[in-house]
Amino acid sequence: MSRTLAQKVWDTHVVHRANGEPDLLYIDLHLLHEVTSPQAFDGLRMAGRKVRRPDLTIATEDHNTPTDNLLTISDPTSRTQIETLRRNCAEFGIRLHPLGDPEQGVVHVMGPQQGLTQPGMTIVCGDSHTSTHGAFGGLAFGIGTSEVEHVLATQTLPQTTPKQLAVNVTGELPAGVTAKDLILALISKVGTGAGRGHVVEYRGSAIEKLSMEGRMTVSNMSIEWGAKAGLIAPDDTTYAWLEGRAFAPRGKSWESALDHWRSLPTDPGAVFDSQVELDASSLTPFVTWGTNPGQGAPLSASVPDPESFSTEAERTAARRAVEYMALSPGTPLRDVAVDVVFVGSCTNGRLEDLRLAADVIRGHKVADGVRMMIVPGSAAVRAQAEAEGLHEVFTAAGAEWRFAGCSMCLGMNPDTLKPGQRSASTSNRNFEGRQGKGGRTHLVSPAVAAATAVVGRLAAPADL
Amino acid sequence: MPLRRSNVDTDQIIPAVYLKRVTRTGFEDGLFAAWREDPGFVLNRPAYAGASILVAGEEFGTGSSREHAVWALSDYGFRVVIAPRFGDIFRGNSLKQGLLTVELPQAAVETLWDTVEQSPTTTVEVDLAAREVRCADRSWAFSLDDFSRWRLMEGLDDIGLTLRHEDAITAFEAQRPSYGVVVS
Repeated sequence: MSRTLAQKVWDTHVVHRANGEPDLLYIDLHLLHEVTSPQAFDGLRMAGRKVRRPDLTIATEDHNTPTDNLLTISDPTSRTQIETLRRNCAEFGIRLHPLGDPEQGVVHVMGPQQGLTQPGMTIVCGDSHTSTHGAFGGLAFGIGTSEVEHVLATQTLPQTTPKQLAVNVTGELPAGVTAKDLILALISKVGTGAGRGHVVEYRGSAIEKLSMEGRMTVSNMSIEWGAKAGLIAPDDTTYAWLEGRAFAPRGKSWESALDHWRSLPTDPGAVFDSQVELDASSLTPFVTWGTNPGQGAPLSASVPDPESFSTEAERTAARRAVEYMALSPGTPLRDVAVDVVFVGSCTNGRLEDLRLAADVIRGHKVADGVRMMIVPGSAAVRAQAEAEGLHEVFTAAGAEWRFAGCSMCLGMNPDTLKPGQRSASTSNRNFEGRQGKGGRTHLVSPAVAAATAVVGRLAAPADL
Repeated sequence: MPLRRSNVDTDQIIPAVYLKRVTRTGFEDGLFAAWREDPGFVLNRPAYAGASILVAGEEFGTGSSREHAVWALSDYGFRVVIAPRFGDIFRGNSLKQGLLTVELPQAAVETLWDTVEQSPTTTVEVDLAAREVRCADRSWAFSLDDFSRWRLMEGLDDIGLTLRHEDAITAFEAQRPSYGVVVS
């Protein structure tokens, strides 16, 4: 029978199947960080349970860490959370990349860069952006703390079979339009709930042409339209990216793995429960104006009139969003002035993203009154960027070159917006207060972020 | 308690600054923290004090996987959230923690909002065994798979359930391909 990529990965991981019960799936890799794991470890201790497979488990510190230094966590509650992870990893024998380690970084940057993320794997993490790893053709999804404990104890998870959804992105992205614009435009088109109950496969010529970094950006934001996971079929781009990385198979193992990986792409004739079409050639730089990732528009457009939406729920949400964002309907988005520009996160904190931003800002200056923060997704990305001299491009322009972490993506560590401040951010969520209480977020690509920093208002590189 | 908002993401349910604790209790102080600063916000209205059912708009619990969102609602005293649609991860987390999430059509949610806004003391009944919500002379059936309902009714420990299949897990591990990733 013809099967999709996701169905093949699913089927090869079923440990137990019974009528009326969810399938019990084996988990190949479990990623941990400090925020969603402490209560799970406590649960294990209370029940007298061990970590079943510490050798399939890896931890890093990212959400609740400073990015201005590697040594001092001044907030005592945050310090306790970090120390708790260190203690738990030591007690249960789990590999940890702590602050200052050359592999430390945002969990969804750290895994792939070491070659831990491979096609056909099941990967989970107590973080909704685990969907990122689907870019390699595995089944990767975010879980809650109860499930983190469940995976620690059993290396499995009971899972109800999801529906299959294909996103066909035809054509080719125009010059200057990136993976981030693509996914923002898609979410704006389908809405924040459209993927619910589905695993998604991104397909088509525009997806095939994306680099691994671009694919990770697309898969990363699957959760922002409600999808459980977002897969992309592995191909030569995937294999070239993986070969030689620390945890990639070598020699004969590499050949065996390749044989398996090449069998994974969706069979011709496999049936998806639903399909979404998107023409990449029609896309332009895209930004959000509202307080969920589906409230977006082309940069060339204006703030929409809330009354123009078709349902009462959308109109209510848009009215509230425009008010929170302090925007007037009809204002061109290019007239919106920002206070802070943030380049980083598991969505856009990889080397290619930093290169894109550096290319735009090279020879320019950050506008007066604007703060620009560059936060590499991992210590390794930071080191690579420095080897290429990117940090000098940023600092010469007047931007801050910081250490790796989630930083201003989530308003938890010291990097936050002040009430009323407005940001252009390469992260993934523009929820009310997401980047700090009272902060206002516009989601953008790294290229738009860099151009915005120079102009002081939302802008594309072509505006410079 | 009526919460007339859609797209209530988990950052609204509990902002990230409240996720720093390593313990499992006391998250009620972070529940809707930003919105609670408004004295008119529904959580601050004495008429709804002690309510154990929250009725919200569509796409409740989207966004982050933080189970703290469920803990905050439970710690505050909610036993049930009713909405037209929930974020998947939030729904999974809620059912694991014994917070019942009930999906009803938008029209039913509107009726519940109107009813409890007019008369805050109206009793709303959620019957897990019958999978039915009742309010005044109205009732709505809701769907919940048999397995989840059974787990909730029995208060079962998921890990214990899975460990019934430990032999199958061990057998599965024995046939995993040799090229698979091993971290340490």
